[in-house]
Amino acid sequence: MAKHETPMLDELVSGPWPSFVDDLKQLAAHRAKNEDNIEYQIPVDVVEDLLGILELSFKHGRTHWKHGGIVGVFGYGGGVIGRYCDQPQNFSGVAHFHTMRVAQPGGKFYKTDYLKQLCDLWDLRGSGVTNMHGSTGDIIFLGTTTPQLEEIFYELTHNINQDLGGSGSNLRTPADCIGQARCEYACYDTQDLCYDLTQEYQDELHRPAFPYKFKFKFDGCPNGCVASIARSDLSFIGTWKDDIKIDQEAVAAYIGGEFPPNAGAHSGRDWGAFDIQKEVIDNCPTECMWMDGKQLKIDDRECNRCMHCINVMPRALRIGDERGLSILAGAKAPILDGAQMGTLIVPFIEAVAPYTKIKEEVIEPIWDWWMEEGKNRERLGELMKRQGLQRVIEVLGVDPDPRMVQEPRSNPYVFWKEDEVEGGWERDINEFRKHHQR
Amino acid sequence: MDYEEAKNLVVEGLTKKQKSKSKFYFNDLAKLIGEKPRAAKKYVNQMVTEGILEYWSSGSTSMYGLPGTGKQAAAEHED
Repeated sequence: MAKHETPMLDELVSGPWPSFVDDLKQLAAHRAKNEDNIEYQIPVDVVEDLLGILELSFKHGRTHWKHGGIVGVFGYGGGVIGRYCDQPQNFSGVAHFHTMRVAQPGGKFYKTDYLKQLCDLWDLRGSGVTNMHGSTGDIIFLGTTTPQLEEIFYELTHNINQDLGGSGSNLRTPADCIGQARCEYACYDTQDLCYDLTQEYQDELHRPAFPYKFKFKFDGCPNGCVASIARSDLSFIGTWKDDIKIDQEAVAAYIGGEFPPNAGAHSGRDWGAFDIQKEVIDNCPTECMWMDGKQLKIDDRECNRCMHCINVMPRALRIGDERGLSILAGAKAPILDGAQMGTLIVPFIEAVAPYTKIKEEVIEPIWDWWMEEGKNRERLGELMKRQGLQRVIEVLGVDPDPRMVQEPRSNPYVFWKEDEVEGGWERDINEFRKHHQR
Repeated sequence: MDYEEAKNLVVEGLTKKQKSKSKFYFNDLAKLIGEKPRAAKKYVNQMVTEGILEYWSSGSTSMYGLPGTGKQAAAEHED
């Protein structure tokens, strides 16, 4: 019989979709039976108490968690988020219920051995409840006690070759798409850049000195599979400078129905014959494509890398050869001022190891500015909004570029300063009046 | 500035403010030390390593305090 009655939680089980309540009950029963004879290092009934306190919160309409704390592992200011229950007498299994953030492997590639090791560790020293993955991308371990934190950290770093992720006012665990490992659209090696910056900025990841959180995310192409443009303070999106490569024979094969569009992704129902005009050319946002007889033509100067044509006809159209990435800054979720998408600050930069230019000319100047002038709990995007994109351009030491403007007159942020204007603001009014009547 | 000087400035500064608050943002410490954030960070890191300061984190924001101060230690059953 369950330790706590949970009539309200049970309502969640009755719906048509799978419920986390089912999962938790299954785990609670599994821990109680303990068929694997695990020497649980935290209370066996942690999951039952988790269900119990959630039921109580539903009943009272308020939380019974106390969030945040001084707990962590030695030398690290992030990766552990303290959580305590305010009803420890009735729910002793969750008196401490700390979260640990574990850095995810690049591109979230796992071997099953690795997952088993993580789960075994967490069954032994934690609640067994995980979140795969948290919003930042980390593997989230939910619920353990303070004495287990150092033990888990030791196992992770010495036996599983994995580190804790970022939390608090730190650089958060950088996240990337699968990149060139599996994807022909990737314009740079996302995993190499992600790993390189993770290693380079270990101090920023583990020892908090920023005004607030800071996120890097890496998309190999403008398809944006990790949505870096919306989810990171500095977003790295692969792009190319030259022309889309066209294989006219393959274009003809798509038109003739030999190749399924979108690599067969929509083949679940009959959409009729492929219509290149309707499905590709008319959908081009910059109207830069047309058919010249049987030849597909693209005015590449007008292309804005929306990726639609390449996605529909991957065997006929390929990304260009002069590849690199664009950097956008300032995306954030809506805590203050509403959500913001990233703003383009570097239209094109080569992404070649050791990435010195990216580090020294973009990341570090941005950090220096934000650390000095950002208010407490102010995200980079909010600082950009407060001081203006012109200030960002000054910080980076680059010239304004039309590509930084979303559309004419929407963000006219460039104002002349006195030292940029010949003669400054001073003028001889008498001289002026000689040429201009009052 | 040497480490000892920075340490004294921080400990003195935080002790003075103990009555009104026990947790401080990194920028508060950098101002006490009087250095730019990157330079101040080296001193602050060392103070944490030596146990002169401790981290506090809500999960989204990190702060610093003198160990054992404020309600936190008692509230978390850590004292």
